[in-house]
Amino acid sequence: MTRPFDEHHLTPPLLEMRQVTQTYLLNRKSLLGARPSLTVLDNVSFDVRPGEAVGLVGESGSGKTTLTRILTGMEKPKQGHVFYNGADVWAGDGERWRNFRRSVQVVMQSPRSSLDPRMRIGLSLLEPLRALKIEGDHVARVHEVLDQVGMTRQALERYPHEFSGGQLQRIAIARALMPAPKVLIADEPVSALDVSIQAQVLNLLKDLVRELGLSLVFIAHDLSVVAYTTSRVSVMSAGRIVEVGKPLDLFTKPQAEATQNLVGAILTVEAGLAGNALA
Amino acid sequence: MTKPQTNRPDALEVQNLVVHNTVLTAVRGIDFTLPAGGRMGLVGESGSGKTLTALSLMGLLPMGWQANGTVRHDGVDLITQSDKAFSSRRGRTISMVFQDPLSSLDPVRRIGFQVSSVIRRHTKASKQEAEAQTLELFRQMSLPRPEQLMRAYPHEISGGQRQRVMIAMALACYPQLIIADEPTTALDVTVQKQVLRILNNAVQERGCALMMITHDLPIIAAMCDTVAVMYAGRIVEMGPVSEVFRAPRHHYTKGLLDSQPTMDNIALDGSSRLASIPGMVPPLHSLPRGCAFHPRCSAASDRCRAEVPQLETGQRRAACWHPIEAGADATVQAGVTA
Ligand SMILES: Nc1ncnc2c1ncn2[C@@H]1O[C@H](COP(=O)(O)OP(=O)(O)OP(=O)(O)O)[C@@H](O)[C@H]1O
Ligand SMILES: Nc1ncnc2c1ncn2[C@@H]1O[C@H](COP(=O)(O)OP(=O)(O)O)[C@@H](O)[C@H]1O
Ligand code: SF4
Ligand SMILES: [Mg+2]
Ligand SMILES: [Mg+2]
Repeated sequence: MTRPFDEHHLTPPLLEMRQVTQTYLLNRKSLLGARPSLTVLDNVSFDVRPGEAVGLVGESGSGKTTLTRILTGMEKPKQGHVFYNGADVWAGDGERWRNFRRSVQVVMQSPRSSLDPRMRIGLSLLEPLRALKIEGDHVARVHEVLDQVGMTRQALERYPHEFSGGQLQRIAIARALMPAPKVLIADEPVSALDVSIQAQVLNLLKDLVRELGLSLVFIAHDLSVVAYTTSRVSVMSAGRIVEVGKPLDLFTKPQAEATQNLVGAILTVEAGLAGNALA
Repeated sequence: MTKPQTNRPDALEVQNLVVHNTVLTAVRGIDFTLPAGGRMGLVGESGSGKTLTALSLMGLLPMGWQANGTVRHDGVDLITQSDKAFSSRRGRTISMVFQDPLSSLDPVRRIGFQVSSVIRRHTKASKQEAEAQTLELFRQMSLPRPEQLMRAYPHEISGGQRQRVMIAMALACYPQLIIADEPTTALDVTVQKQVLRILNNAVQERGCALMMITHDLPIIAAMCDTVAVMYAGRIVEMGPVSEVFRAPRHHYTKGLLDSQPTMDNIALDGSSRLASIPGMVPPLHSLPRGCAFHPRCSAASDRCRAEVPQLETGQRRAACWHPIEAGADATVQAGVTA
């Protein structure tokens, strides 16, 4: 596949996966049979440059979350490599690994399952600093991050069940920001949020990219949300990247069938009022 | 869209519904009427009380929560019904589709059995008849390989398929009213449209009323005739969807509409910012005085900070001291690029 963004080749990627294939073994169908395997990522290359916001869209089950797990080092790819700052993260020493883990943070799909229900929010926010053994003024950092996501300090003393889904997702984003990452990977971070809050979070993500020079990998199945947030979008289908382009080009002249389906699935208020949204 | 039929009694008549526990009041006196065959959208932010409203209509409030007021359905007041009377109605004349179908299906029973059990519980159908009806429902839901699916367990099918099974179950006894609480929020957009289309057709064919709960305005626009906008436990605006969405009167409704990412307000060079409502929904234990929206409203006056605005009467109502007048802002539906 040719890459349409030659100008980007001038800046080396900050985080990159090259020709990654990931397979999982499934359960045996019979006692003696071989375990069948499923290829979830098929020779996928993907990268993000410093301060760049890239999008990843695709229907459910296409492999987006698996790609996230590989990019963050939660899973080792069966084939292929992951590079942070030009260095293979699976080949270096402990220091390289720690720097990579600290610099790449992820916001997961479901805030309720990513926060410990028995832990006060304040403690949950400190958790990544403890796990990564990061020193400094933790209290000041907590307050700074709460401000960034638009939550008040009262939240610190409360437990996850005392918040609505929308509030919890902002807390999850705050927690990902705690170690001051260089790359933020957001896996459908706004699909569970209310529209007005969605807009706040999308604006916040854009601000973080611009003001902190953060790189963003934004994953969603709603192309309009991704288009708003990123400047280069990859479309996934069945474990492959089938199209890469600027958001406007994907909207106006989608090439791959998967892209066309995603464009066709967008619902708008105007189409609804005109009575042809479900046509 | 289905026109409400005037000769049938209203599907739902809710008066001064209050839902509270010992310390908090989450729903603070709401009124609405849903005519037979009508389709109403209930929209609002997280925590605005949509789910508790729905659960109180179903008699399924969580432990410690209580509903007061009047909820008339099929000639009875649901609030004063005993649990036993409620459960005989649940699934028969009112049924509900939940946001998360996995948690509302029994993981260890085959889905065909679960749907046909609902049919047998509420009708005199034999086992064979109920199974035949279930199979027919699965076909109507465009579920693939319906015979095999009858024997599948919930975890063996995809999220979109599970939600269609839930809709099949909700339709099983020809209810007069279906309450759908965020039925597609957990689904992929491509599957979402299909599920909405199926729900839309099923409701239309049966002439049952629909109460669609969501924070997604395009879904309301696609599915409903009327809409009620909830904020902090109250209805702040109500009316025909086309009027409310084209010319919102309440500042919160307008804020919601302006926050929609549409192709009109996205400058695709990455420079645009979406309009958003500043601040957040106030916590129930410290609601602001007066209009609960005032800390987030650019039009707020001293009166807004002191007195609660009441919902206007008539077809097209807002609860606002300074409602937006039609024509005052010609760009309402297009969204704003700040
Ligand atoms: N079991 C509970 N204990 C304490 N507070 C609760 C409980 N259930 C709901 N609440 C509170 O009641 C209010 C309304 O909740 P409800 O779930 O009805 O809102 P919602 O609009 O459906 O929110 P969401 O979209 O996040 O589900 C919220 O402030 C919520 O925090
Ligand atoms: N641990 C696993 N074992 C087996 N199959 C898996 C595993 N994780 C993911 N899959 C499968 O890989 C595919 C892609 O999954 P995922 O990355 O979660 O997709 P998405 O996030 O786009 O929904 C799906 O078909 C899924 O069932
Ligand atoms: S009553 Fe006042 S604060 Fe409330 S929405 Fe209307 S103008 Fe804004
Ligand atoms: Mg996923
Ligand atoms: Mg809810």
